[in-house]
Amino acid sequence: MALAAAIRYTIPSMPLTDCRLTVAQTNPALGNLAKNLDEHVAAIEAACAAGSQLIVFPELSLTGYFLKDQTAELARGLDSPELQRLCELSRRISILVGFVERASDGRIYNSAAFLEDGRVLHVHRKVHLVTYGMFDEEREFAAGDEFRAFDSKLGRFGVLICEDAWHVTSGLQHFLAGVDAMLAPSCSPGRGVSGGSTELSSETSWRTLLDAHALLFQTWVVYANRVGWEDGAFFWGGSRVIDPFGRLVARIEGFDTATLQAHIDAPTLRRARVATPLLRDSKPWVLARGLERIAAQEQRP
Amino acid sequence: MKELDIHPPLVEALLTRFLREELASAGFSRAVLGISGGVDSALVAALCARALGPQNVLGVMMPYRTSNPDSEGHARLLARELGIQTAKVDISAMADGYLAAHKVEDRMRRGNVMARCRMIVLYDQSVAFQGLVAGTSNKTEILLGYSTQWGDSASALNPIGDLYKHQIYQLSRHLGVPAPILDKAPSADLFEGQTDEGELGFTYADADRLLYWMVDERLTEEELVARGFELAFVRRIAARIAATQFKRVMPLIAKLSLRTINQDFRYLRDWGK
Repeated sequence: MALAAAIRYTIPSMPLTDCRLTVAQTNPALGNLAKNLDEHVAAIEAACAAGSQLIVFPELSLTGYFLKDQTAELARGLDSPELQRLCELSRRISILVGFVERASDGRIYNSAAFLEDGRVLHVHRKVHLVTYGMFDEEREFAAGDEFRAFDSKLGRFGVLICEDAWHVTSGLQHFLAGVDAMLAPSCSPGRGVSGGSTELSSETSWRTLLDAHALLFQTWVVYANRVGWEDGAFFWGGSRVIDPFGRLVARIEGFDTATLQAHIDAPTLRRARVATPLLRDSKPWVLARGLERIAAQEQRP
Repeated sequence: MKELDIHPPLVEALLTRFLREELASAGFSRAVLGISGGVDSALVAALCARALGPQNVLGVMMPYRTSNPDSEGHARLLARELGIQTAKVDISAMADGYLAAHKVEDRMRRGNVMARCRMIVLYDQSVAFQGLVAGTSNKTEILLGYSTQWGDSASALNPIGDLYKHQIYQLSRHLGVPAPILDKAPSADLFEGQTDEGELGFTYADADRLLYWMVDERLTEEELVARGFELAFVRRIAARIAATQFKRVMPLIAKLSLRTINQDFRYLRDWGK
């Protein structure tokens, strides 16, 4: 019962009030850190001018996606000049940025760093690396091994990098940790044009997935997907914000670079959790007991 | 063929962006392509015209002395409708310089030489026009290997290589490709009376459906037969795809060093772009 007993609801120390945010739907140049960094700075300046308190960039926004042998060449530590330059800007606005992280032990991660007040507040290392079909992430990256919610001055957040969101256990952990919003940076390639559908099948899947996260985990969902082409593969964008009732608040239409501004607020979150108190009724110890039972069964000869 | 149907405005939005962005990555904004009077090159010309502006597209007509005169007529009709630039390069002297001197009679060899002459012309014209060669091979013919390696299959970028023939027609109708081009039987026009479907021995409609379920949906042989495809047809197409794989890859390089190009030296073409 150790696992079940250890689970407690957590209370945010800095509850969400009303956060104005920008989602930057960018098109990074593949492996061109200097150019991408300049574009981040410009987007951050524009978001500040628009009055945003938070800007969310896509997965691997500083580098581009299909890096192959460039991965190791572009890996940067948290103390690198590129990250430090963005840290400086985080004195004016909180920033979620995607980059190739070189850890102190030399391992390389697909990471997203949350920068605030001039420091790195949190780093999420993608747990569910994607290695099938057109993807080969496990060849390039080490996998992260935890989903940890963190308290920002703007509220409590949890990060899901792209494929992380396809595993319901990822969002579930943020839900049980009581996050106000899930920040989901992504490099989702567009595919599936047949069957007569007016939208890509990848968009259909992601719409279902993101709506379900908002609805089942009663959280704000901020999805930042990139656009643009890399050697014939494209990223379909569709960045959006969904409220804790599962309703679309704002989205970027089309396949081009753009930004969106949105508010995420506590009253909406509270109303959703009163109307349908899923977090109150979630009974995580039932899951914990179930996991312990499954683990025990697996240990049987 | 509901399973193969596309939503043409969606595919147009994607492919025009593909052309603009991938050309720009390579440092270009213009495209050159061979216009044969057939539907594939008509579609690529239409996409290029929309993506780049017609003045930035050069359609090259490259007849051989035995080519069907209708082909050039249809190519000219297309170019007029789109407003793209055109050039005509008769490849007869160029091809015959080799074919006659070496008494090449075999129909396949002659066709391959003509296709490769056209490749030479397009790549040279692309330098003069300061553009890149846009490919005009569709997914059906690429999978069937129904092309000349380094001939009509050669290009810098190909906007239609992931579209089956049925989808080529759908998108072509949407983009207003002239009716005479849509209505005629597809032909490589390498010898008199040639049609694709006559030479292949099956229809594009049948091939498209089978390829979709076999390649895109990964159905097994048993599942394909259960879906109504004849076993002999399934096996024939599967064998053809495997036998022509060499046309879809770069030349093999013997690995000797610690780091070999395309094996463990892996970078995208868009490297740094």
